[in-house]
Order: sequence, then structure tokens, then C-alpha cells
Amino acid sequence: MAEFLQFFFSGLTVGAVYALVALGFTLIYNASEVINFAQGEFVMLGGMGTVFLALAGVPLPLAALVAVIIAVAVGVALHRLAIEPAGDAGVVNLIIITIGASIFLRGVAQVVFDKRFHSLPHLFGAEPLRIGGAAILPQSLVVLAGAAIIVFLLWLFIDRTLVGKAVIATAANRLAARLVGINTSRVVGLSFAVSAAIGALAGILITPLTLTSYDVGTLLALKGFAAAMLGGIGSPMGAVLGGLLLGMLEAFSAGYLSSSYKEAVAFLVILGVLLAMPNGLLGRAKVERV
Amino acid sequence: MRLAKFAFLSAMGAAFALASVSSVSAQVKIGAVLSVTGPASFLGDPEKKTLEIYVAAINAKGGVNGQKLQLIVYDDGGDANNARTFATRLIEEDKVVAMVGGTTTGSTMAMIPAFEEAQIPFISLAGAVQIIQPVRKWVFKTPHTDTMACEKIFADIKRRKLSKVALISGSGGFDKSMQAECVKVAPAAGITIVHQESYGPRDTDMTPQLTNIKGKADVQAVINPGFGQGPAIVTRNYRQLGITLPLYQSHGVASKQFIELAGPAAEGVRLPAAALLVADKLPAGDRQKPVVQSYQKTYEEKTKEPVSTFGGHAYDGLMIVVEAAQRAKSWDRAKVRDEIEKTKGFVGTGGIVNMSPTDHLGLDLSAFRMLEIQKGDWTLVPESGS
Repeated sequence: MAEFLQFFFSGLTVGAVYALVALGFTLIYNASEVINFAQGEFVMLGGMGTVFLALAGVPLPLAALVAVIIAVAVGVALHRLAIEPAGDAGVVNLIIITIGASIFLRGVAQVVFDKRFHSLPHLFGAEPLRIGGAAILPQSLVVLAGAAIIVFLLWLFIDRTLVGKAVIATAANRLAARLVGINTSRVVGLSFAVSAAIGALAGILITPLTLTSYDVGTLLALKGFAAAMLGGIGSPMGAVLGGLLLGMLEAFSAGYLSSSYKEAVAFLVILGVLLAMPNGLLGRAKVERV
Repeated sequence: MRLAKFAFLSAMGAAFALASVSSVSAQVKIGAVLSVTGPASFLGDPEKKTLEIYVAAINAKGGVNGQKLQLIVYDDGGDANNARTFATRLIEEDKVVAMVGGTTTGSTMAMIPAFEEAQIPFISLAGAVQIIQPVRKWVFKTPHTDTMACEKIFADIKRRKLSKVALISGSGGFDKSMQAECVKVAPAAGITIVHQESYGPRDTDMTPQLTNIKGKADVQAVINPGFGQGPAIVTRNYRQLGITLPLYQSHGVASKQFIELAGPAAEGVRLPAAALLVADKLPAGDRQKPVVQSYQKTYEEKTKEPVSTFGGHAYDGLMIVVEAAQRAKSWDRAKVRDEIEKTKGFVGTGGIVNMSPTDHLGLDLSAFRMLEIQKGDWTLVPESGS
């Protein structure tokens, strides 16, 4: 029983990390149907930025804040300098642009930061909480809480504000949105800024658990993307659900089967789910408007 | 701003390189293909800096055999195909007399045929034992092998009167190679491996695997042949689960960075490492002490970065070539090779090197020191009988 509980906690920890990263994909997707493959680099910027500012003597909370602002600036720049000039290029072209941006950001991070691994202190200490013979770090719960708060704020933003409605309208039909007076370019830019902030925040919260380095974004983005697809891309709740599910799948197959197969098992389940439910667990069916 | 500075510096560097090529002809060329960028850059970067610092120092003292050295470094970016191309360029265009480098085992293995054919002494800085086994006439290496690390750990476990161990390792190249070597040499060392677990190179939580190890009643010690950030997470999870068995890490994480990343969880962890890591803590009579202290001082003064064992391997490689050329009193390639093979009692950062026609590494187990992490710093574990 203690073993089961420990695997569960492990799944919760890893799942919370994936969920937090997956959340970053939702807003840009909602605004433009683009899957931003540079999302992992926002996560890296948050973590590495905080680490290096803290090393330079900036107090930790301020360092975290500045790191988020830097990530937002990079997000806005990415939109201004790479996405917007592409104009009415197709979604696939835009996705490829984000892949290029991701490689570029990783290269710059190598030069500006360094190539080592770094860590940040745990928010509530590194002493594990022991429950029923199993142990979980307080930071795992912090990450989980962070994910919950972001989901709530995203819901507030999309469903309860006019700007949020504008985001949805832009995604639904850009021309129609423009006709009713929405500055669609600004909306998409805003979605890049907010997604960058979410990514950076995720990077700061997960660094005490996962450590960070200039290339940490690649795999996190891949896992986060898989989680977002599993949960239904575009849905904040789906991102969290997908993340936690993916983490659980990995933890339990590593524990009960073999750690060599845990990724295979996880992706097999994702394949199965997407075959049965192409829009993911909580995704909205895409309606073709004719 | 930083980018602009970088571009300016590289332009200056290129200008200097051109100038130096055109002005001198009586120089002896030493080649190096290193992984200065790419995934193995944390190895290649200190290697390149070390070679540059020491070639400059040697030239400042008048060079070797009356000739100044010219170092030619190419960056393979961690790609073995590039390494092979650069090897050909070093041989055919630059006409080097000796080669130090080959940061990774992959790059080294790709370059070996080229240097064997051209008959140029080649000192590799990569880890795997395949580089020198079977012995190749022109190929040598300076870093310890992972087999030696396993043997060193097993010897320490035996000293603690334990014999049943569990292995947990990553799926990366270094991890897999060392894990296989440990399994191979365990029976001869009287060690039984009762359980094995693995994790992915970028995994962020290893508690499931460690929970399984914890559940095995007969495990007496745990070894983590690993590399990168994985071992730091293993160490943290190990303490998180409250496992009290002795934990061994490998020489792959023998750097201050590991202690920083693992934090208080690293207390009591043991690992084999080169003397360079504990330069100041070596007993006064230790033959390696002056060499490692001097290298550490020079490297840290010039680069403002903490010293790493990887740069030390490059120092050893360069010095072995230089001393061989001094003994040979010439830069004739065959004579230099013969003298490299006759290296005896060379005190390097990696250990005391005694090469022979059958041993192109020349290190024994005394090259590794067993360290224990106490209060966030390395301490030497007293070894009786070695």
C-alpha cells in the first residue's frame, strides 16, 4: 500500500509539472490555433532567468518577477518579429516559425547563461511530508496549487472578460473578429505575452524539483504538448487533467512494469485515447463553418 | 550588447588566427578536435581552454626542442561525422605532428582510422575503454575508464563488509556503458548485483524506481552510475524516501555542481574521483598534490571558472606529448610515439601514468580517490591497503 501511495505521489509530482507546462499552450492555441513550440523556452527563461538574477544578488521574489517580465518581453518580441511579419501564412507555417524560435532561443541562452544545470530553493523547505509510509515534497503541492490558480485565472480571463471573448472570437474567425472591431493582431500578441508569463511562472515553480538548464525546454514542451493533446488542446482544465494523467501513467508503469517502458506505455495510452476521442478528453469538437 | 561584443571578439580572433598562420612557418603543429559546443560542451570547453593556456605558457618559455607550438582546434559540436572531417583536415592540410583530443568516445572512434593510417600519435580525452582495448599502435588516452570507477566503488563496498548492491542508472551513453562495466566486473570483485533500475535522461522524478529498490530486503548498498542532472535528482529522491543504505555516485558527477544541485541530500554520498577535485585536501606527501594544485591555480586564474577534471585530461594529454618530444629530442612522429609509450612515472592531474606496449592508458586504481560528501564539501575516505 505504501508503495502504491509512493507511486501515486510520484505521478502527482511529475504530473503537476507537465500540467503547468501544458497550460502555457492553451492561450496561444485559443487565439490563433498555433501550437507554440517555443513554449518550453519560456519555461527555461523563467527558471534560468531567476537563477541568474538571484546569483547576481537580486532578492529571490524580485528575481522571479523580473524573469517573468523578461519572458513576457521575449514572447511579445517573438510575436512582433516572427509571427506578425508572416502575415496570413497558414497555421503550419506559423508552427514551424515557433520551432525555429525555440532553437534560436536555446542557442542564445547557451551564450547568455551557461551550459550547466541549476536549481532554486524549495518554497517551503525540502523536508518531505510523510503520509502513510510514502513521502512527497511540499514543492510538488506548490506546483499543483500553481496549476490550479492559473486554471482559475485563465477561466476568469477567457469567460469573464471582454478581452477574453475577443481571444475566442479571433480564434473562431479572424476576418469576422476584425469586422466587429477587434484588433486581432493585438489579441494574438497578448496571447503570446500571457503564455510566456505562464511558461516562465511554471519554470520558476518546477525548477526546485526538476532542475533547469538552457535546453530543459525541449523535453518539457514535448511532454506538456502531449499532456495538452491528451486533455484536449485549448482547454485549461484539460491541460491539467492531461498532465496529471500522463504523470500517473509514467509513475505507475515505472513502478509496476519497468522504467524502460514508462514512456512507451504513456504514449501508447495517448494514442489510444486520441483514436477514440480525437479532440482529447475535454476538448471541444472543431466545427467546420461553411 | 553581449552579442555585438561576441561578434567583435570573434572577428578579432579570426584576424589574429590569420596573422599567426602567415607569419610563422617553423612552428610545430598540435591538432585538437574537441566538442566545444553541443551536448558535450561541458567537457570540450574546459579542454580547449586548458590546451590554449598551456600551449601559450610553453611557448612563452621558448617552446619545445627549440620550436614553438601552434595549436589548431576544431569544434566537432559533439558530432562524430564532423570529427572525422576535421581529422582529415588536420592530417592533410595542417600537417599536425600530434593530436590531443577527441572529447567523446564517438568522435574518438571515428577519428582513430585516420590517425592510424597517417601514423600520427593520437591522445584521446574520452572515457571508454574501447579506445585502448585492443591496443592500437598510435592511439593513447588519459581519462580513467568506467571499469576502474566500478572497481573502485566495489573495493570500498567490500571494505564496509557489504556485498549485495542495487544499480540505478540512466539510459544515456555514459550511464549505460558504466552500468554494463559494473555488471561485468562485479563477480570478480565478489559483489552480487541483486536488482537493477533505469531512468530516462531527462526524468524529473525517480521515486518509483527507488521505491522498488527500497522494497528489496537484501540490498545493502546502491550505486548510481550516472551523468548529468539525473544523479542529483536520484540523490534527492533517495533522501526523500528515507533510504538509509550507503549511496554511491560515479566520477561522472564529480564536481561541485553536483553538491550544489543535490543540496543537503548529498551528505554521506560516496564517489570515486580524480585527485584534482580535492587538490587542497591531499596529504602533504602526495606526489600528485603539487601538479593538481598548480593546474587548478593556473586554470582558475585564467578562466575565472572552477576547475574540472575534464580540462585536467587535456593537460595530461598535452604534457605527455611534450615530455615525450623532449625525451625524443625531436618532433619526428614515430620517435614521439615510441616515447609516449615509454612514459613512466608521469605525474598528471588524472594520476601517475605508467604506459607500456600493452597499456596505452597507464593508470591504476590509485588514480581514483574515494570521496565522501560531508557538510557540503569533499572529504577523502581513508583507504587501508591502497
